[in-house]
Amino acid sequence: MSAAGKAEGMGRDEQAGIRDNSGQLALLMIAPAILYIAALIGFSFVLAILYSVSDITTGDPTLRIIGFQNFAAILDNSVFRLALKNTFFFAFTSQILVILLSRIVATALMKEFRGKWLARFLIMLPWTAPISLGTIGWLWMFDSIFSPFDWILRYFGLLGSPGALLGPMQNLYWLGVPGLAMASVIIVHVWRLLPLATVIQLAGLGSIPKDLLEAAEVDGASPWRRTLEITIPLTLPIVSIAFLFGLVFTFTDMTVVYVMTRGGPIHTTQVLSTWTFFKGIEGGDLAQGAAISLFLFPVLAGIAILMLRMVRKSEVV
Amino acid sequence: MARVEVRGISKLFGEVRAVDNVDLETVEGEFLVLLGPSGCGKTTLLRMIAGIEEPTAGDILIEEQVVTNLPPRTRNIAMVFQSYALYPHMTVYRNIAFPLRTRGVDKATIKEKVEWAAGMFGIERLLDRKPRQLSGGERQRVALARAMVREPSVFLLDEPLSNLDAILRASAREELRQFQKRVGVTTIYVTHDQVEAMGLGDRIVVMRKGKIRQVGTPMEIYHWPADTFVATFVGSPPMNLLGVGDILTGFRPETFLPAELMTGVGDVVTYPFEVTWTEYLGAERLVYGNVGETSHARHVVSRLPGSVTLAIDTGKTYSFAVPRRDLRFFDRESGLRTDRGPA
Amino acid sequence: MSRARKILGRGGLYTVIGGFALFGAFPFYWMVIATFKRDHDLFNPVANPFIFNEPPTLDHLRLLIFDTHFVTYVMNTLWVGLAVVAITLLVAVPAAYSLARWARGWGETLGIGIFLTYLVPPTILFIPLSRFASALGLQESLWSLILIYPTFTIPFCTWLLMGFFKTIPKDIEEQAMIDGHSRLGAMFWVVLPLGISGLLTVVVFAFTLSMHEFIYALTFISVSAKKTVSIGVPTELVRGDVFQWGPLMAGALIASIPVAVVYTFFLDRFIAGFTMGAVK
Repeated sequence: MSAAGKAEGMGRDEQAGIRDNSGQLALLMIAPAILYIAALIGFSFVLAILYSVSDITTGDPTLRIIGFQNFAAILDNSVFRLALKNTFFFAFTSQILVILLSRIVATALMKEFRGKWLARFLIMLPWTAPISLGTIGWLWMFDSIFSPFDWILRYFGLLGSPGALLGPMQNLYWLGVPGLAMASVIIVHVWRLLPLATVIQLAGLGSIPKDLLEAAEVDGASPWRRTLEITIPLTLPIVSIAFLFGLVFTFTDMTVVYVMTRGGPIHTTQVLSTWTFFKGIEGGDLAQGAAISLFLFPVLAGIAILMLRMVRKSEVV
Repeated sequence: MARVEVRGISKLFGEVRAVDNVDLETVEGEFLVLLGPSGCGKTTLLRMIAGIEEPTAGDILIEEQVVTNLPPRTRNIAMVFQSYALYPHMTVYRNIAFPLRTRGVDKATIKEKVEWAAGMFGIERLLDRKPRQLSGGERQRVALARAMVREPSVFLLDEPLSNLDAILRASAREELRQFQKRVGVTTIYVTHDQVEAMGLGDRIVVMRKGKIRQVGTPMEIYHWPADTFVATFVGSPPMNLLGVGDILTGFRPETFLPAELMTGVGDVVTYPFEVTWTEYLGAERLVYGNVGETSHARHVVSRLPGSVTLAIDTGKTYSFAVPRRDLRFFDRESGLRTDRGPA
Repeated sequence: MSRARKILGRGGLYTVIGGFALFGAFPFYWMVIATFKRDHDLFNPVANPFIFNEPPTLDHLRLLIFDTHFVTYVMNTLWVGLAVVAITLLVAVPAAYSLARWARGWGETLGIGIFLTYLVPPTILFIPLSRFASALGLQESLWSLILIYPTFTIPFCTWLLMGFFKTIPKDIEEQAMIDGHSRLGAMFWVVLPLGISGLLTVVVFAFTLSMHEFIYALTFISVSAKKTVSIGVPTELVRGDVFQWGPLMAGALIASIPVAVVYTFFLDRFIAGFTMGAVK
């Protein structure tokens, strides 16, 4: 690739230099991205690992390696174990709901109907608003006294009168009761991630060649059979990717829980990310915080490997 | 003076030898066609001449100067891609002006030249349009005008007619040929279509698997193919090949006619021809069948002019003949043409 | 029979669509209602909460704009967003082009590596990054966010742009090189103008991603005047345990709607880029 050597005799000033050397250009152009990410993400990641085996706190920021004591300590903590369980429960429940519901929405949006533009706009709204602000909206909707859901239930006599189905109290206290609080957080996650999943499902459905479905119809396959044998297998790779993406989002998100319940009541909605924050930043125990956050990493790495497999596989097709 | 010269050039893509030690030289002002099946390396060769692809070994000379490692913009070549590669965000005028603007030509000259090039291809009225508003034929003319506008020393064309429909392709071929004769620029043209190659080329370079199999005029290629590959790749239907011993005997379908028509053509070789199928194509009739006793390769085709109204039925055997001077012989092992007939 | 089924199917379709549209949009409707309701009406557990029982008011908006730092939050968000967009474009455009055109072997691995960093979550990184920021003296400074947000916008936008660049035919660049540009010039003068919609999409997404960000902002910034909208509204409009619901909803609404409208226009492009990058 040494270029300039043979240029003599051409008599032109424009000789081949870096501007024409794709090998050098390729490296030069990608280097800033790699450096930026390596410096900030790579470095921080290593630091997180170091912290997790040290006794660093915000009050005493010297790094002393103490081994795996932090991991033993956090595992010993019942809140941590609860948070671990909750994290998985939140992530999987909300993602399964998201995938099922998004398939329904996407199938409906594939059809032509009046007002489709508006419907799409409204369905996509949750994803476009900053997540903390959308969650604030929900916080007000789940208010302990002024929740519109409670008002509707009262209106239909299901709540707030003696002998009512949901009890005689005026309110359900959505965020104050463990089961309901958990359901509320899941609802907000579903609300937030449904648009993205819908859009991915739409792309998946749109990529199925029409001929294929028509051929199956000519072959006498019922709509049910066409869904089962053509639509689902063909959209499986892209849906899996949507699922894994959603898992990562919910595994690592702390905004919803932080804004809605701060992990309460009595840690029943605590997740690893919020627990990391409360321990590491608000509690100042950087070492334990780092150790808690790292618990997620093997799971995320597993998901990443799965995703790569999917991408590779679907590229071959 | 050779406008383009290629010396021992090779290109490897990983393990694959796309172009394998090729030597080639153009004659000033000629129309040279690179012909071969897809994957034979013809496009790679053209792209190396253009400077888009870097050769693994060998040298390229344009106007007797080594340009092997020079970027395309310094080579004073023009190229028309199969897709025409018109800049979709620019008008036709700006597309044609583009190569001039990158060279810093002044505005007045650009206007004059663009109008000259557009006039040459009859696209003056399209200058304000965007490429997507043009038909296939119009796009092709714009691409040609853009290639011509800066009067390159070499003109490279990569299957520029393959995106046109059949009728347009025939007229575009004729126009292209006349235009090239008029401007007299050395032209290298890549195609996999042997009809196009025969119709356009002053000389044809037949390639296969990265190597040149034969270079010659259309006449030479057709009548004196260098090997069995050229013999069967050029011509439709291809040359018939009959196997006798270690020699293959070849003859063109149109030379293989009923024996009773063979008068005044000198010495002939007669074969018993068992007809298995006939196709009536209007101007001609194709008769398929098998020939006698040979051990291998006995399926042959005869191409009868429409003027021959002789009844020929499938299932029957007729006496067909070839003038001896139209027979070609090939070595069975190497495929190369030899002067030696079968023993 | 089939006609009846068709009508039924149509009805079912509208029910499904209507239901989901309501689910998606209701919280925003709820924000609108709260923004313009008088406190007396807002905090009335008996009256129908879905309508204005008393005439609407602009008090909450007035309070939000004049008595809180909301305008400052908006300005902070804009400043951080624009700076992050600039850094992202400078770094991601060349990287994406390099990966889209020249990635073979190591390049592909690098591309996947860049993408994977998107999966290393802020929850792992914010603790060390908080030390990092304070070591650089950037605590309580918007610069800490400007420095750190590109760690997620760059991988995301590189991946997105890669998809866009791959859709631009190579022929066009090669033609530009023959027509007199260098390799780099062809990218600059032909590919970038053709990829303008991709670039615009990246601008929108880099901006909104940084606007949406919560964890880093919460960790690094605690001074009210330095907060961005996404943390300022939920943390500063709560005084003690008292939620100022009217201004709170007004703030959430104002910050959400313009972005939502812009987003909608770019949704298809986003998906195109996303799916081409992830699944061909």
